[in-house]
Amino acid sequence: MALELFDTIASAAFWVAVLRIATPLIFGTLGVLLCERAGVLNLGIEGIMVAGAFCGWLAVFNGASLWTGVCVAALVGAILGALHAVLTVWLALSQHVSGLGVTLFATSVSYFAYRVSFPKVSTPPTIQPFQPLAWLTDVPILGAQTALTLLALIAVPIAMYALYRTPLGLALRMVGENPSAVEGQGLSVRALRTGAVIAGSAIMGVAGAFLTLSAFDAFFFTMINGRGWICVALVVFASWRPGKALLGALLFAAFDALQLRLQQSGGGVLPYQVYLMLPYLLSILALVLVARKATYPQALMKPYRKGER
Amino acid sequence: MQLIARPTTSRRLLTLAPLAAMAFTLVAVTPLMAWADAPIWKAYAELFIGAFGGALPITETLTRATPLILTGLAAAVAFRAHLYNIGAEGQLYFGAIAAVLVGGMHGGSGFDLPVYVLFPAMLVAGALAGALLLAGPAILKTRFGVDEVVTTLLTNFIALLFVSMLLDGSMKDPLSMGWPQSVALNPDLELTKTMEKYRLHSGFFYAIAIAGVIAFITARTTFGFEMRAVGANKVAARFAGMPVNRITLQTALLSGALAGLAGVFEVAGRTGYVTLDMSPGYGYSGIVVATLALLNPLGVVLAAIFIAGVLVGADGMSRALAVPTYIADVIVAVALLSMLVATMLSRYRIQWR
Repeated sequence: MALELFDTIASAAFWVAVLRIATPLIFGTLGVLLCERAGVLNLGIEGIMVAGAFCGWLAVFNGASLWTGVCVAALVGAILGALHAVLTVWLALSQHVSGLGVTLFATSVSYFAYRVSFPKVSTPPTIQPFQPLAWLTDVPILGAQTALTLLALIAVPIAMYALYRTPLGLALRMVGENPSAVEGQGLSVRALRTGAVIAGSAIMGVAGAFLTLSAFDAFFFTMINGRGWICVALVVFASWRPGKALLGALLFAAFDALQLRLQQSGGGVLPYQVYLMLPYLLSILALVLVARKATYPQALMKPYRKGER
Repeated sequence: MQLIARPTTSRRLLTLAPLAAMAFTLVAVTPLMAWADAPIWKAYAELFIGAFGGALPITETLTRATPLILTGLAAAVAFRAHLYNIGAEGQLYFGAIAAVLVGGMHGGSGFDLPVYVLFPAMLVAGALAGALLLAGPAILKTRFGVDEVVTTLLTNFIALLFVSMLLDGSMKDPLSMGWPQSVALNPDLELTKTMEKYRLHSGFFYAIAIAGVIAFITARTTFGFEMRAVGANKVAARFAGMPVNRITLQTALLSGALAGLAGVFEVAGRTGYVTLDMSPGYGYSGIVVATLALLNPLGVVLAAIFIAGVLVGADGMSRALAVPTYIADVIVAVALLSMLVATMLSRYRIQWR
């Protein structure tokens, strides 16, 4: 049994699967991280991923190129992010409830649009998804990945650089810790937070698009299935650091891939639902493990009103 | 742009806010109706007729409102104490499966106990199951400081998978031919139908009574005061000597129990057994209901009937005009967002500079 497990983990196919499962989580956690570092909890992620998955796929289905599809997904994410920013940053509404509202809205409009566009289909129509990159085929593991996975891996160091090595990144981190200090520097708290939420939400849209444009070739209802919420948990686990977020996403994906293998090979020992529960249980466990020393951005979930303490 | 707090919140603005939000919602979704090629006025007429036009639509709406009242109360109670219970969906399923566990026809007959023992046992079991499911995230919150929003969202998935497991295993109906469906509830335990030929059951009236009890608890008892105090200002509540963690836990148990009862009433009043599609997101809609009601327990009843009307009416409209039923979910979501904005505007005014 232990040997079998080792064989699974040592195989290249396993790590190919891990990277594939991790990709939407990497994009998603980066999106959440960007919003939360600026002090805004974005529970809209689940719905933004659904909308990104649907709109990106719909664009490609209607003849647009795959990269245009990715851009459409990012744009839709940005628009929904702008909605969340208006509600939470400008109107100072509860970030919990407004985020859930954005999720309910984005999900229901996507499902509605799918049904209006395809009233009678029973099997979802398909597109030609992203293929593994030709010039990378000789590299093990990475050779089997698509351009979007590569983009996710590149996005992490870019996010690290932007957050820790640029003035904008400093201002963004500061607005999540001490907005009054930002205001004192003559910067606009609102503009920074709005920008962060829009940018973060655009990345969440791409996270959804990966599922319909690369991992699969069609749009299904419930295809996001809590991945957005898992990203929110992973960001806490990563203590709001992009590098750790990548690590967390990979670790989580490794467990998920392992769970899938066990489900296939050890079939019948346990009900399949037990395996499906593992990712969610794992996310909760991750939250508990880091809870004691979690250093939340100090101003997270605190609306900022000028002149109020 | 600045938000300036209004010195006093006028009653008129507060009552106007939900109405304005509803009006905005109906206008905001018209582009979607037009996209689905539905004539707008006819669509709204069908929506209204489908929800309130006659005895059948009205009883259907009230039937649909029953679980929404209870999940709405679950959200209202918890949100009032700033405990963000987003897990009512899972708690509802736990309540439903617990009801069948106690009152189901296991092995063809179920537990050999008189109805006056089994019926209360069924209610208690359902309430307890919902309460215990929320107790987990609540304890994680009070003991380890884990944010309950994410954990309750995640427990929804776990709870549904757990129920799915039971429906494949020990709770499976042997006659369901592979369909994931639980054994049937003992017919003696079913809630009485209020009228011949209609599905409306006594659960609706129990739900209203429960709303009354919750209204009394929040407004007139020490526990209710403590819940409100913890929600309004945790630090001040602790300073005043209130055991904040214990109050949070008690609130969680109450909230979870209410959501669990929603599941019991669905099984005992409507379906008679548990399936995995018995709730079209009542747990999540409960949050919308509570928000529309401004977390007021009696307002929850009205808001639940409104949301149920939208859901039932959209079904009717969908049949008549071939608009996808998902329009109901869109209306509910837009109603939530516009209600949030409307409440804000009734308490603050915007100063453009």
